[in-house]
Amino acid sequence: MPHFFDEMYADGAVRDHYREFENWLNAQSAQTIARKRAEADLIFRRVGITFAVYGNEAGTERVIPFDIIPRMITAEEWASMEAGLVQRVRTLNMFIHDIYHEQNIVKAGIVPPEQIFRNAQYRPEMQGIAVASDIYAHIAGVDIVRAGQGEFYVLEDNLRVPSGVSYMLEDRKMMMRLFPELFARYRIAPVEHYPDMLLDNLRSVAPLGVSDPTVVVMTPGMYNSAYFEHAFLAQQMGVELVEGQDLFVNDNAVYMRTTRGPKRVDVIYRRIDDDYLDPLAFRADSTLGVPGLLSVYRAGRVTLANAIGTGVADDKSIYPFVPDMVRFYLGEEPILNNVPTWQCRKKDDLSYVLANLPQLVVKEVHGAGGYGMLVGPASSRAEIDAFRVRIVAKPDGYIAQPTLALSACPTFVDAGIAPRHIDLRPFVLSGKTISMVPGGLTRVALKAGSLVVNSSQGGGTKDTWILEN
Amino acid sequence: MLSRTADHLFWMARYTERAENTARMLDVNVQTALLPQSPKAAEQGWRGTLSISELQDAYDRTYPKITPRDVLDFMVRDVTHPSSIASCLRAARENARAVRGTLTTEVWETLNMTWLEMPNQLERVFEHDPGQFFEWVKHRSHLSRGVTFGTMLQDEALYFLRLGTFLERADNTARILDVKFHNAVGKASSEMLLRHENHHDFYYWAAILRSVSAFEIYRKVYRDAITPARVADLLMLRADMPRSLLACLSEVLRNLRAVGVDAGKDTLRFAGKLHAELKFAHIDDILEEGLHAYLTQFLERVYELGNRVSRDFLLPVAA
Repeated sequence: MPHFFDEMYADGAVRDHYREFENWLNAQSAQTIARKRAEADLIFRRVGITFAVYGNEAGTERVIPFDIIPRMITAEEWASMEAGLVQRVRTLNMFIHDIYHEQNIVKAGIVPPEQIFRNAQYRPEMQGIAVASDIYAHIAGVDIVRAGQGEFYVLEDNLRVPSGVSYMLEDRKMMMRLFPELFARYRIAPVEHYPDMLLDNLRSVAPLGVSDPTVVVMTPGMYNSAYFEHAFLAQQMGVELVEGQDLFVNDNAVYMRTTRGPKRVDVIYRRIDDDYLDPLAFRADSTLGVPGLLSVYRAGRVTLANAIGTGVADDKSIYPFVPDMVRFYLGEEPILNNVPTWQCRKKDDLSYVLANLPQLVVKEVHGAGGYGMLVGPASSRAEIDAFRVRIVAKPDGYIAQPTLALSACPTFVDAGIAPRHIDLRPFVLSGKTISMVPGGLTRVALKAGSLVVNSSQGGGTKDTWILEN
Repeated sequence: MLSRTADHLFWMARYTERAENTARMLDVNVQTALLPQSPKAAEQGWRGTLSISELQDAYDRTYPKITPRDVLDFMVRDVTHPSSIASCLRAARENARAVRGTLTTEVWETLNMTWLEMPNQLERVFEHDPGQFFEWVKHRSHLSRGVTFGTMLQDEALYFLRLGTFLERADNTARILDVKFHNAVGKASSEMLLRHENHHDFYYWAAILRSVSAFEIYRKVYRDAITPARVADLLMLRADMPRSLLACLSEVLRNLRAVGVDAGKDTLRFAGKLHAELKFAHIDDILEEGLHAYLTQFLERVYELGNRVSRDFLLPVAA
């Protein structure tokens, strides 16, 4: 593993912005820290901040490990990242609007048509449909990593149903509860107003002519892995948490069944995939959706957030084109870097990838959650050979990137404190304007040397501090 | 409020109350088992408990004969059927989890903690001292009811919770009172049994009173010897006795009125009638008519009332 950027130390000396924290930490006894960590675990369990584990016995719930050492980002770093995020998400919304309308970017020869129209996430049902404010990805979770000498890179844009924001909020609440004194020593940008911003954002994209829109959060149900978050956001926003069975379509409008009869719904923040939304339009076997929803949506009489068909823009096969999109739509240079990416569908890229597998990370273009990827340097010869067969069989199903030396942050592990690799997922809201709370969710790979931070693969989380000057 | 949300709240409260009442009922049996009695009478006691909960068939499918330990295990920790205390506490928590956003944090955490502590309680406490375990179940139920009443906004959510609690309690009190007739040898002789007082009966009725926390209340209200007729009066017709049928129906009626929706008009009338009958009844008339017969028809009507609430508010047919 090449050398990595350490968030807290540089050449053995503590970085300026972590100094105060280190002083504080050194003054704490081992018992105090152990007690506080146990307290955090107990509270997470009691509050039921859990996620369901797939492939396990139904209903198995697990607490995501929480690490008490915060991940800090300076005001300058954040200012540039925020500008980059606004630029990137604005571009992606313009891209989605374009491909479902004039397709100028295809005509200009910047994105090859087959990359869009043969993509399973492209939804022909959306062609020519007008959506409120031309916004598609109302909530975007952009995964950012830090590598090399400390440069930030976008690893992935999540434009369908990005999750994790509840952990961002609960981690902050937990830190303030466990270590209030730290918040006196540092000026930390607050994040607690996220639910208010989200509600404002959702209300701002209601169908035309609705003056006091009714917003709901739609969940696949309590056995979904992110159910806690769905319930949490609905409660924090003060709106109903609905399942498909609570909604029905009548006379070209969506209603929910209440104890006082049907009530009209205007904006649905849906945490359910496109495929399950409407059994009449998509998967007929879906019991999670609402029959007829698509036709109301196409008529512009209900807003879905995010829109249908955003997956075409966050696919790993589209990712390499984002910097060119920024130039094409905004006439600006991208502020945030992409990770250099080889597209195995290209002949030259494929031969390079096959020749250098032990050094590369290879990802399935439609994969998510850290499943179906090869981390070359961490894989055995047999694993690499097996993956090689899969790539050769279906080159356009894969992209490859150099193995980034992800930055690491000191983290409590069994043996004490040790550096563990981290990433960052800020949550960007798009409506009438583009906004976000400072920070995001920091995920940490708890296994030594591991680069996979996903909670489904044993990752944990940290509170993320954007430091104000 | 979403109908499904109301449904979850209703059942969350019902399951919590059911767990408590099952604990109360089993506690009576554990207590009366301490009295000198023939093995046959003891077995009948346990059989009556199963029968009143409509669990006799399910029990017989799993266990070859009646033993106190097996009945206790079956009704407390066996999660293969939905009526055990463990199943009820689990169902209460699952219903709460489905609507956790509608509950206050305290209510949700109380139900969640009950569920998280349960395995430990079953293993460490129930094994050695069932009575102490039943106390724990009752205590958790008190806590969840108290935290509900003490922290929740007085709106529909609370009304549906309270409806669930009191419908379930009405059902359970009627069953506890009726249990005597389920373990009696023949139904025909049951009324005789009620009138004929003997030594054992005193302890039996005292245990019934204790099971609904009414022993001291009885002394205070009647200042007289314990007779079956007065126990029945207390547990059925006293408006000021919190677990009596009349008190439960008053609460049901109050909360139905508070929900106050057109759809529920007929249901309100149905509940009002049941309430009025209890309110103006006299215990002598009921005993004359036959207590068991009266309780049987009461249970049927409470069941019907539950169905009507479901139909009107909780699972409305698609509009």
